[in-house]
Amino acid sequence: MGTREGDLSRGPAARVVRRAAGWLARPGVSDIAYSAVAVLLALVIGAILIAASGYSVIDAYANLFDGAFGSIYNLANTLMMATPLLFTGLSVAVAFQCGLFNVGAEGQLYVGGLASAVVVLVLGPAVPGVVRVLLALVAGALAGAVLAAGPGYMKARLGAHEVITTIMLNYVGILLTTFLVKTYLKEPGPVDQTPLLPVGARLPELIPGTRVSWGIVLGVAAVVAVDYILRRTSVGYEIQAVGRNAAAAEYAGVNVPGRIVLAMVMSGAIAGLAGSSVVMGTLYRFITNFSPGYGFTGIAVAVLARNKPWGVLPAALLFGMLQSGGMSMQLFARIPADLMTLVQGIVILFVAAPALASMFLARSRFGARTGGRG
Amino acid sequence: MWAVRMEKITKRFGPVVANDAVDFEVAPAEIHCLLGENGAGKTTLMRILFGLYRKDAGEIYVDGKPVSFSGPRDAIAHGIGMVHQHFMLAGRLTVTENIVAGAEPRRGVLLDYAKAREMVREVSERYGLKVDPDAHVESISVGQQQRVEILKALLRGAKVLILDEPTAVLAPQEVGDLFDIMRRLKEGGTTIIFITHKLKETAAISDRVTVLRDGRRVATMNTADASPADLAELMVGRQIVPPARKGHSPDGKVVLELQNVSVRGGLGAGARTGGAGGKARLNNVSLQVRSGEILGIAGVEGNGQLELEEVIVGLRKPTSGRVLLNGRDITRLGPRGIRDMGVACIPSDRLRRGIVDSFSVAQNLILGEQTSAPFAASGILQPRKIVEHAAKIVNMFDVRTASLDQPVGSLSGGNQQKLVVGRELSRGPNLIVAAQPTRGLDIGATDYIHRQLLAMREQGKAILLISAELDEVRALSDRIAVMYEGQIVALRPAEEFTERDLGLLMAGQGVGVAS
Repeated sequence: MGTREGDLSRGPAARVVRRAAGWLARPGVSDIAYSAVAVLLALVIGAILIAASGYSVIDAYANLFDGAFGSIYNLANTLMMATPLLFTGLSVAVAFQCGLFNVGAEGQLYVGGLASAVVVLVLGPAVPGVVRVLLALVAGALAGAVLAAGPGYMKARLGAHEVITTIMLNYVGILLTTFLVKTYLKEPGPVDQTPLLPVGARLPELIPGTRVSWGIVLGVAAVVAVDYILRRTSVGYEIQAVGRNAAAAEYAGVNVPGRIVLAMVMSGAIAGLAGSSVVMGTLYRFITNFSPGYGFTGIAVAVLARNKPWGVLPAALLFGMLQSGGMSMQLFARIPADLMTLVQGIVILFVAAPALASMFLARSRFGARTGGRG
Repeated sequence: MWAVRMEKITKRFGPVVANDAVDFEVAPAEIHCLLGENGAGKTTLMRILFGLYRKDAGEIYVDGKPVSFSGPRDAIAHGIGMVHQHFMLAGRLTVTENIVAGAEPRRGVLLDYAKAREMVREVSERYGLKVDPDAHVESISVGQQQRVEILKALLRGAKVLILDEPTAVLAPQEVGDLFDIMRRLKEGGTTIIFITHKLKETAAISDRVTVLRDGRRVATMNTADASPADLAELMVGRQIVPPARKGHSPDGKVVLELQNVSVRGGLGAGARTGGAGGKARLNNVSLQVRSGEILGIAGVEGNGQLELEEVIVGLRKPTSGRVLLNGRDITRLGPRGIRDMGVACIPSDRLRRGIVDSFSVAQNLILGEQTSAPFAASGILQPRKIVEHAAKIVNMFDVRTASLDQPVGSLSGGNQQKLVVGRELSRGPNLIVAAQPTRGLDIGATDYIHRQLLAMREQGKAILLISAELDEVRALSDRIAVMYEGQIVALRPAEEFTERDLGLLMAGQGVGVAS
């Protein structure tokens, strides 16, 4: 790394980084622009790291881009990877609008996924497929909502911190579903999983022959709905008022405990649907421990989206892209996909810690001082 | 030679010129008042001196030598200290830990607490600033916390001490204590720059005064040569005439009635104010407010005013007694129901209770009305109606804001308060609970809000005015009730009290003075 460090602080790429960082540190930059520049900045730093590790940057990013968008199949893959993150990111963002940090999306996703699988399997072929799918979605949302309502109630009435309670309930959600599958629903074989869902009772493919399902459409619909509720309804106004200043909301006559519980219920329902979308649209069955941490990555997605419902859409797509593109980068260019996980991390660092951007700026203070406007 | 000299200081924030070529000089060991309305540029100028803001133009000299500060660290190194309006203390740490933080004596990697404690004791004795070095900061009074801030600055060797509106957070007797401390510091050779917008305080404590208006210096003079009326006019730029109050008709119908209301300590909305459980915070309070009158509640803060406010607006259930509004029992109704019955509330704690600072001006103007027509129909907000309403209130109540989408947190305190007052008065209430309605406001805004309250009185509204400002209570009220330790110790027509009576009653010494 020794000589490469010189590159980091002096090369042309570094100049770009510094420019961008300086721009980020300016007050009054809009959220969208901020996140967009943070992403670009992270990609530039990613490029420096790829070069520093001895790989070709062009090779890497060409493969990344191709893997993410190069063909209909690849694009579908990106969307498929983005689908659960769209739900979990939205779930975390909704709770945050009420000042709550729902770290329990992972557990809520598991109970939601299993509830959907159970409804489909229990109802059997006598019930029309569409009805089974709809009921399964409702069940998934309900299960997630129930698991989240507990922490909401405990927060509102007893002051128990939701971060603690939701984290703990993650274990309950994950282990309870594992237990139920192993004990009652296990398909014979080495893997702890339910039988396959019948073809007629799945979320259908959005683009035939690819892996992206109608789940992503559902996710976009959820974004639209949540955005409308928050911006245009009295309930949404009250949820935000509680999140921003609960004491003032209480003085103004808002039912603060009620709104806290409602926000958690909404958040949990959306996280439950994340599970449903994977189980019914990607795996076509419930497999124990199927989630690679969608619930937790949802937190990162929400951070990048700055907790705005509409922001979740591009943020989830970006993460889906880095994952599907990273895979083909590894496959075809033999560059570790971990580097893209690193890029994800850097994006979050920049978005979550504006001070970091200012740090880059501090180094170029001198230039700013002599050059007038910095 | 001046202790501090600032020459032609200019500072812009975007298009706003906060300081426009301001000259400012302070002599060694003087108490110099920096007087001006909110937004006149006082705090900006002092933040430049303390290195928090970078000046766009101008020079600063300390002890005659030109200096350039790139941060508070540099300013502190040159013997300049600042106590901010909002304290910067860690509540969970002790007084000692707070005072030495950042300059702490160490033993190895650990804090040498015994030595730190000794340092604090030494400084606090030298200047006669009494504090308990082992108390946790969150458990001591605001006045004590202020001393901790002052000690922090002194321990770092401050020879020039900037106090930014230090009296805004203090009760009247604490102000007296602070002034004593300031005089002692001055005798010890410390130079004090005292930022304020209060004329009385300027006259009481300062040697010289500099008046700022709209970012410019309009005058510097010896305090002894300046009359309060002159200073007010320099500060506001026009003459201030106290609003006239028309005669009182004592036979309006009773709108609000409290019957033997008591509140005992314990958990509740106001529990954060502390105190031992079981102690009576309101003791058998009975009063009536009639339509067309202002009933003023006078008293040193912390004598039950907050509990009284909370009981009436429904945030707190009394342990015994009843609250009636137009004859109907509202004791257990809760804030929503009470508001819906036509009660407007201007909360004593504006930032905590009155506004959502990250909401826009328009959003804040429907706070409390977010479910009612015309702002909502079947649970859907009506943006056009909300914006129309906001434009109307902003206009009527002279709220200075760049746009209706501006977050309220970016408005000045005076404009935030005008927004709250405008929102509440425009609801068409029949009872107005105005708690500390002009706290922290400058003369212009205070005058404006007083006129609004009097206009409401003319319209036949019932107004309960809770205020720690004796002048305000006396200027506006038809009748005055004095609260002391949760009790009403006197309730009479305003003209039957002298200022001295009120002062004694507020201090708990007036019982039996006259009846």
